[in-house]
Amino acid sequence: MSTAPQKAKSGAEKLDVKVTAVVPLNELVTRFEFQRRDGELFPPFSGGAHTVVQMVDGDRTRLNPYSLMSDPADRSRYAISVRRDDEGRGGSLFMHRNVKVGDEMVVTYPVNLFSLDLRAKKHLFFAGGIGITPFMAMISQLERTNGNWELHYACRSKALGSYVDELTYKYPNKVHIYYDDQKQAMDLKQLLEGQPLGTNAYVCGPKGMIKWVHATASAAGWPDANVLSEEFMAPEPGAPFEVRLCQSDKTITVGENESLLEAIERAGVDAPYLCRGGSCGQCETDVISADGEFVHRDHWLDDVEHASGKKIMPCVSRFIGKSLELDR
Amino acid sequence: MSKFEFPTSIISRPVYGTLKARSGKHHLMIADAEGAEAILDVATPDLMANSHIIYIPLGTDYADKLRALSPAQFYVGPTYAASVSRIRRVLERSNMGLNIYLSGTEGLMGQAQNEAMQAGFAHSAIQTEHRGSIARRMQCVHCKGITEDVEMDPFVCSHCGLNLFVRDHYSRRWAAYQGVCIDAEDPGNVPASKGIYAQGDEV
Ligand code: FES
Repeated sequence: MSTAPQKAKSGAEKLDVKVTAVVPLNELVTRFEFQRRDGELFPPFSGGAHTVVQMVDGDRTRLNPYSLMSDPADRSRYAISVRRDDEGRGGSLFMHRNVKVGDEMVVTYPVNLFSLDLRAKKHLFFAGGIGITPFMAMISQLERTNGNWELHYACRSKALGSYVDELTYKYPNKVHIYYDDQKQAMDLKQLLEGQPLGTNAYVCGPKGMIKWVHATASAAGWPDANVLSEEFMAPEPGAPFEVRLCQSDKTITVGENESLLEAIERAGVDAPYLCRGGSCGQCETDVISADGEFVHRDHWLDDVEHASGKKIMPCVSRFIGKSLELDR
Repeated sequence: MSKFEFPTSIISRPVYGTLKARSGKHHLMIADAEGAEAILDVATPDLMANSHIIYIPLGTDYADKLRALSPAQFYVGPTYAASVSRIRRVLERSNMGLNIYLSGTEGLMGQAQNEAMQAGFAHSAIQTEHRGSIARRMQCVHCKGITEDVEMDPFVCSHCGLNLFVRDHYSRRWAAYQGVCIDAEDPGNVPASKGIYAQGDEV
């Protein structure tokens, strides 16, 4: 195998890797570490980047994005942490149950849709649960340049607090932990008030937390440009529906547990994608005709576009109705 | 009439909006001359209770009207240069949550925006509203000297004396439009000056 990246169809370029460590952190979260099979160094990345992991599960291939959480300065390995989601579509369960040390896998080059704004005078991180992962890499990156940061991290309980021990040991004055089961809540209003001009806030966690931070900051007079967020979005299961792909002249059925994008790919049609989480815009697809209702879940199209019924982001959005024809 | 509709231009040219009251506990308003009208338009007792106004009248008589709004703090300065140390001090002592409102001439808004950017503001996070004079703060791209209050195009650089063409190319870092020698290839061949926005043959 040459060291040159293979450009295989859509998505970022691919890297052949093997699993070098599988480290259970607690009941729900396991860390997976990869090395390149060709022994080369990984491409560099910046904190907040993600990789798309290809999971070959029998005749089904899943492509799920995960934040890179290893130190960006360590190019010998990539690491991700995966939270088991028993209700999800099976990607995280596959990682937890099937992936073993020594397995060969394929991951993509890193893509960053949640990067640090290095012009900021201070970086204020808000993490909820598994939303800690991008911050692990951002913190390593900032520590090397003596960056000014502070982390506020909400976890369900001590037992489920991934990386809490490591973070509080290394950075006792910068890391603040809040346990839900001990009713420890962030005093967000107060926290936001005391920040120096030029502070950027970053949020990664459940939807409710992201909304809460945006709304509270905005009410406190923070400019929108200073609050950045990444929602962990996975496609949601839903009722099966039929789609006509006009360019490829195919009619496909999107199964309950697969996304529209996955169904298109399963039919052998190459469709563009990058993040597979509704935020990069790469998969935007024109609707030729539709009789029914769209279930838009992306962060890419605006409300007007959503209402127009002219576009869909197949990585996360679905459709309920009689017929849907796409320009693909 | 203190409002002027600037013609649309290249992306470098700043565009100004209309001030709107934002939520938050601290508001810094910096205005010159007719810029006072924009503050009078947006003012409410609630907003004024948390507002610090820094105002440079430039010979107008709006100061008393602004004072009558009873802002939390009110300062009248003779010139921008005389007010800038106060602006810096307010920024130094402020935290996130401070809202900035700039109104009046382009030169004032550009320079105050530059101070705010150095303090950590994104330029897009600063509200602006143009009122009053349409004169520009110009930088000569040749000698780098700044000429204030330029109304005519072309004009003579007040530092090096070159004949400069008024461009819409703007530098946020210098808070100034760029002026470029208009007769470099054919010295002395300088078209007649006209108002910057006057209709007629484009240079
Ligand atoms: S792949 Fe990124 S928005 Fe769909």
